Amino acid sequence: MDIFLQQIINGLTLGSVYAIVALGYTMVYGIIQLINFAHGELVMIGAMVAFSVINALAGTHLPPVLIVFIGILAAIPVCMLVGYAMERIAYRPLRSAPRLAPLITAIGISIILQHLALLVWSRNPLAFPQIIPFVTFPIGGAIISGVQIAIILTSVLMMGALTFMVYRTKLGIAMRATSQNPLVAGLMGIDIDRIISFTFIVGAALAAVAGVMVGTYYGIAHYGMGSLLGMKAFSAAVLGGIGNLAGAMLGGILLGIVEALGAGYIGDLTNNVFGSNYQDVFAFMVLIGVLVFRPSGLLGERVGDRA
Amino acid sequence: MNIFAKILTKARSKWVGVALIALALIALPFALAAAGTAWVRIANLAILFAFLALGLNIVVGFAGLLDLGYIAFYGVGAYVYALLASPHFNLHLPFWVILPIGALVACVFGVLLGAPTLKLRGDYLAIVTLGFGEIVRIFLNNLSRPFNLTNGPQGISRIDPFSFGAFDFSRNETIAGLAFSGPIKYYYLLLALLLLAIVVNLRLQHSRIGRAWEAIREDEIAARAMGINTTRIKLLAFAMGASFGGVAGGMFAAIQGFISPESFVLVESVMVLSMVVLGGMGNVWGVVLGAVLLTFVPELLRDWVQPVQQSLFGKTIIEPEVIRMLLFGLALVLMMLFRPAGLLPSAIRKRELTKQK
Repeated sequence: MDIFLQQIINGLTLGSVYAIVALGYTMVYGIIQLINFAHGELVMIGAMVAFSVINALAGTHLPPVLIVFIGILAAIPVCMLVGYAMERIAYRPLRSAPRLAPLITAIGISIILQHLALLVWSRNPLAFPQIIPFVTFPIGGAIISGVQIAIILTSVLMMGALTFMVYRTKLGIAMRATSQNPLVAGLMGIDIDRIISFTFIVGAALAAVAGVMVGTYYGIAHYGMGSLLGMKAFSAAVLGGIGNLAGAMLGGILLGIVEALGAGYIGDLTNNVFGSNYQDVFAFMVLIGVLVFRPSGLLGERVGDRA
Repeated sequence: MNIFAKILTKARSKWVGVALIALALIALPFALAAAGTAWVRIANLAILFAFLALGLNIVVGFAGLLDLGYIAFYGVGAYVYALLASPHFNLHLPFWVILPIGALVACVFGVLLGAPTLKLRGDYLAIVTLGFGEIVRIFLNNLSRPFNLTNGPQGISRIDPFSFGAFDFSRNETIAGLAFSGPIKYYYLLLALLLLAIVVNLRLQHSRIGRAWEAIREDEIAARAMGINTTRIKLLAFAMGASFGGVAGGMFAAIQGFISPESFVLVESVMVLSMVVLGGMGNVWGVVLGAVLLTFVPELLRDWVQPVQQSLFGKTIIEPEVIRMLLFGLALVLMMLFRPAGLLPSAIRKRELTKQK
């Protein structure tokens, strides 16, 4: 089996999930220069809600794809609501406060969401029911599973939709205007508060779908899955250049591939001194490396120093 | 009354107050011991956290650098102590040798973290430090191969307690008719170390370095223009904060007798940060108050939340641990919304955090 190709495929899959989550970070950052620390928790809530629904429907004889679709449809509004609420409660009152304040509330919100989820769903992870037959397709010495194909396709679809929305609709123009200069955008008749809320809601919807994707990929969802994923996605956003949509997509996919290749080859490269259990280190190494050598990211328009 | 007498009475009443507080602190462990040794242990934990929070206060409160990986230094200090005073490597150095080594190693880690991140400000720094904390934890978890340094997830056990020659801090003793249990002896040692930390913090705050930190926090560019070597001063903040963490970690290892990577997770960093924020960033007494509150209140809650739930519903619906974490989260959010400068705000911080753009 071709290990290289296989790791690329795995990396692409995870990378497209990172990309979707990173889009949420980058949109919020682009518009109000806030790192929404709690964004990872939205991914978790999306996965948990969807898994609850999917598990409830698993006994019925609906087609599996439809069940997953219903799960996603249930998760999206819940995440949107949570995303909206967190902006209203924790970020909006602090918009004119110094940087440190909303950052600290964001951490607080993240802890609260995580432990509320723990209350609702308990410590035990939710498993993805065995409803989707595990199908694989061989390509050039490696294999790709049906789930992987679905994840990659969904991500591409969502990225396309988001790009269309941001660059081709009136709402998108308003978003970009707000991100460039909120004051002037407000003078032009744009309701800034609404646009910011809307940005959070769109990011939350993306996070919900990402949650379902990553949960389905690993087969489980649990209350603590959001923070690490969130951090990696943030690293991806920084890698691509935070505030830049294309950058988030590129950064996510690159990070996924770096991680997969790193985990796949670190054993061989270091004579098995380090193993794939160091997989989670790569994202942070990449993050620190980017911030040190190119703080504006690969496609960045905003400089890290501005933070 | 002439002015000298006035000053004298004022000074005297101040000293009476200090003496009363000192007496209360000396008597406290015996009062707590009456309620159960567990409470003495909790008091020790509160002091330990106060020490740790004072270290973080240097980085966050004085220099204004949001460090979310602070617990890594605590972990490094704890592991240094554990490795040098346990059967793991069969080393049993005395604690007054190890604690400075722990401080030094943590300090090196602080510089390692600080050096590449000096250019970053605010939120970027937060996330990088967070990543750094995770990296350290992952390494602690996995460095049982190729050669067994940290013993992996099992952690290191049977760590030596503090001792001066034959005087062992973990043993029970009766001195002058008073029963000194292990935790009570530790209490006095920890209290002494905390006092030292408070003095260092207070002295630092108003020193040349402290004022430089403040200047950087307020406006880095202006500070540089005033001739402050921002690189060096920021590194110094990281190094000093990290050393505090290293010492606290060593004490933690000695008191617990067992450590594992589990104790040094992100949540702990957030908890220490909550203490600093709750009490009042930059205010030494506020930080101590924050640490004491956030250690004791959850324990008190644990004491009555479970029985109340038992009697109401017949079972525990919300685990005390979950309540504790929810409280931390709420404390962070509510403090920032309603009292951003903390319970005991430092004057400058207050001005800074309540100003409108």
